[in-house]
Amino acid sequence: MTQPLLKMTAITKHFPGVLAVDHVNLEVLPGEIHGLLGENGAGKSTLLKILSGAHHPDSGSIELNGQPITLENPHQAQRQGIVTIYQEFNLVPQLTIAENVFIGREPGRGVLLNWRTMADQTRAVIEPLGIHIDPLTRVRDLSVAEQQMVEIARALSMQSRIIIMDEPTSALSEHEVVRLIEIMQNLKAKGLSIIFVTHRLDEVMRSCDRVTVLRDGRNAGEADVKNITVPDIIRMMVGRTVDDLYAGKHALPTANPVALRVSKLRRKVNIQDPHAIVLHDISFEVRQGEILGIAGLVGAGRTEIARAIFGADPLESGEVYIGSELVNIKTPQDAIRQGIGLVPEDRKQQALFLALAVRENTTIAALNRVLNRLGFVNARSEADLMDQYQRTLNIRMTSGEVRVRNLSGGNQQKVVIARWMALQPKVLIVDEPTRGIDVAAKAEVHSLLHQMAAQGIAVIMISSELPEILGMSDRIITICEGRLTGEVLRADATQEKLMELMTRRESAAV
Amino acid sequence: MDQATTDPKLMDSSSQRLDIAKLLGQFAPLVFLVVLIIIFAVATEGRFLNPLNLFNVLRQVSVTGMIAIGMTFVILTGGIDLSVGSLLALAGMAAAIAFKGTNQNTLSLEASDAVGLGVAGAVIIACLVGAFGGFLQGMVITRMGIPAFIVTLGGLTIWRGLTLILSNGGPISGFTADYRYLGQGLIPLPFLTEITQSRVPIGIPIPVILFLIFAVLAHVALRYTKYGRHVYAVGGNPEAARLSGLNVKNITLSVYIIVGFFAGLGGLVSSARFNSSEAVAGIGSELDVIAAVVIGGTSLFGGEGNVLGTVIGALLIGVLVNGLVMLNVSSYLQQIIIGLIIILAVAFDRFVKSRRRS
Repeated sequence: MTQPLLKMTAITKHFPGVLAVDHVNLEVLPGEIHGLLGENGAGKSTLLKILSGAHHPDSGSIELNGQPITLENPHQAQRQGIVTIYQEFNLVPQLTIAENVFIGREPGRGVLLNWRTMADQTRAVIEPLGIHIDPLTRVRDLSVAEQQMVEIARALSMQSRIIIMDEPTSALSEHEVVRLIEIMQNLKAKGLSIIFVTHRLDEVMRSCDRVTVLRDGRNAGEADVKNITVPDIIRMMVGRTVDDLYAGKHALPTANPVALRVSKLRRKVNIQDPHAIVLHDISFEVRQGEILGIAGLVGAGRTEIARAIFGADPLESGEVYIGSELVNIKTPQDAIRQGIGLVPEDRKQQALFLALAVRENTTIAALNRVLNRLGFVNARSEADLMDQYQRTLNIRMTSGEVRVRNLSGGNQQKVVIARWMALQPKVLIVDEPTRGIDVAAKAEVHSLLHQMAAQGIAVIMISSELPEILGMSDRIITICEGRLTGEVLRADATQEKLMELMTRRESAAV
Repeated sequence: MDQATTDPKLMDSSSQRLDIAKLLGQFAPLVFLVVLIIIFAVATEGRFLNPLNLFNVLRQVSVTGMIAIGMTFVILTGGIDLSVGSLLALAGMAAAIAFKGTNQNTLSLEASDAVGLGVAGAVIIACLVGAFGGFLQGMVITRMGIPAFIVTLGGLTIWRGLTLILSNGGPISGFTADYRYLGQGLIPLPFLTEITQSRVPIGIPIPVILFLIFAVLAHVALRYTKYGRHVYAVGGNPEAARLSGLNVKNITLSVYIIVGFFAGLGGLVSSARFNSSEAVAGIGSELDVIAAVVIGGTSLFGGEGNVLGTVIGALLIGVLVNGLVMLNVSSYLQQIIIGLIIILAVAFDRFVKSRRRS
């Protein structure tokens, strides 16, 4: 066997309260495309951040060409020839392609840039990648795929030996993916190694030579791609039973009346925002007291469906029915008036007022409940409302006057849920309800969702964690690339089946 | 059981500590103001504390203070209004023309000359012009999505130009006593006049009364109404506010109307006080107004602050100018000192707040 180019041995990394990676090994051979696979939270990102110098391992060793190396910071990693291309590109949109490729290493004399040289050198790197664009074009005028090529060009111009690509295909069209894989093969032929992270197993089968699978922060398998099949990979990724964390299930509410029905939600490609996710005729319904899970990969359109129903993003066409009544929702205010609530995916950016007190955060949407006859906020009723939800949700805080930024993630999430409970919604959409919160709080949030369903609220739950989807939902719908690709009852659902539906792209489904 | 409530001792001590720090944090500008007053009182051998002088300071800060109340709403939403000085001049001019029924600068003081709308008319016109100016700017900001800084920077020159056109460039002066009363009048306090053996009557100036009434109203609105809560929410996190069902556009629009209203009222009061509507009134006053709000602890990023702080901020600037004048500090040096004090006051506020957080 050839000597590995990169050898990571027994890498361990703790974060407060979490063992992110636990004695993980990774070997990458020279001139290969190596798939790094695993569910969300399996430890891929941590491993990559260690490799790019952004995190330092607690223990373990890294060897490059048989020589032990340390990676103190991203700059050092780059000097060793390890370059990472993140999902969120590291490009400066206002600058040109050439400036981005040479950022920090601009050719020139003294403080003067040599534009001619920079443009020529850039052209020499980008043309083999199939970009025939003036190097002096601004990056913001490029498509996502083109921006990605600029990132790759930058990596190449740094004489890198290993290029790490973190979900490079998630924002690309099928055609662009084919092109990217071609380029990856070319780079491989030139002797570069690529670490390829993706959720799309068909791409793994098409492009990778070998894969390493992580699960729960540990190695779950390593194989030559030619010896395995997609189900093998899924088995390695999943490899565990859904434990009884999700106790408290109630009877399937198949007889309950429909609480919300959406029909043919559609959002076209937007010229103003060409990278926005489109939706193709999404239709489904959810009954009172039911928990409907929406499963899909990041970027599949799950959040967009939620935001469309809630009136947060404009829709092109589609109908929303509350009960049997067609309603017109143009803004979140309309949605709230119809009894729909949304716990958004990003607590801090989209839900919390970090500078305000817990009390103010809890009652902001339901102030009408605590106004006195003159229209002033009645401090006593407001405090009572706060107390009531603090008790119901077990929000841990010294008082309602504490700023919400001082609470833990789990308690913050409970505050956001309390805000909606105070409005007594008919339908509650929760987008990644347990992202970034600890296990105990997670269980509490789950039991709250069950309680709400038991009270007859229709709950729509979006989650990237399949065990959560499987454990919580009465019924699951799957989304891939803005299309509804399947519907599964809880009894029939398995991770393998969902994974297959979540990655069923249009071209593959035909 | 809830961890926090099972241990009352822990809860008490932590909340107490919080309260002291919080009080100091809340009143950092006040502490600063008191220190300044003491310094001036000592340096002027008590002359600074003469009631006549104190009421004079109050009268001087009233117009800036009123507009700063409105500006507090704007800055709480994360916005800014640079046009208030020009809007003040426009509203003052409009009020003068409405009152006199002409834009000719007749210097007569006779009430019989007033063929216009009378004092009530002048008040209404001034406030309406201000509020409407704010409304137009607010519409451009919220409906076209142009940053407030840009829109109101444009407004700053547009309203000034409009004022100059209306007045042919000159002042409109000479009003009746009832008009002037709004700027020059006072509610006499005879006992103070007696005690201090003052030759001129001492009393609470009308602009000060207006300033304080509106300060109280604004405080109540921000603190005890749904609307006020929404203003903080929009400034704290507009996206979260929208997703919580708040009408972010209309709330944002409303604060520009409010600050416009106060600029209009301020224009009327200055016109009455100086017995003249000047086309050049209020030039640069937007900076005093913004300084008062910021010294008062309101965050330029929105979502944090209150009217109480703004009142203190306005007083602080007034006290500083007055005290330096009394001490015969050269007007050149005054500007440097005022600038330094503004920075120092905000630095002190930051310092206290950061201590409170840690």
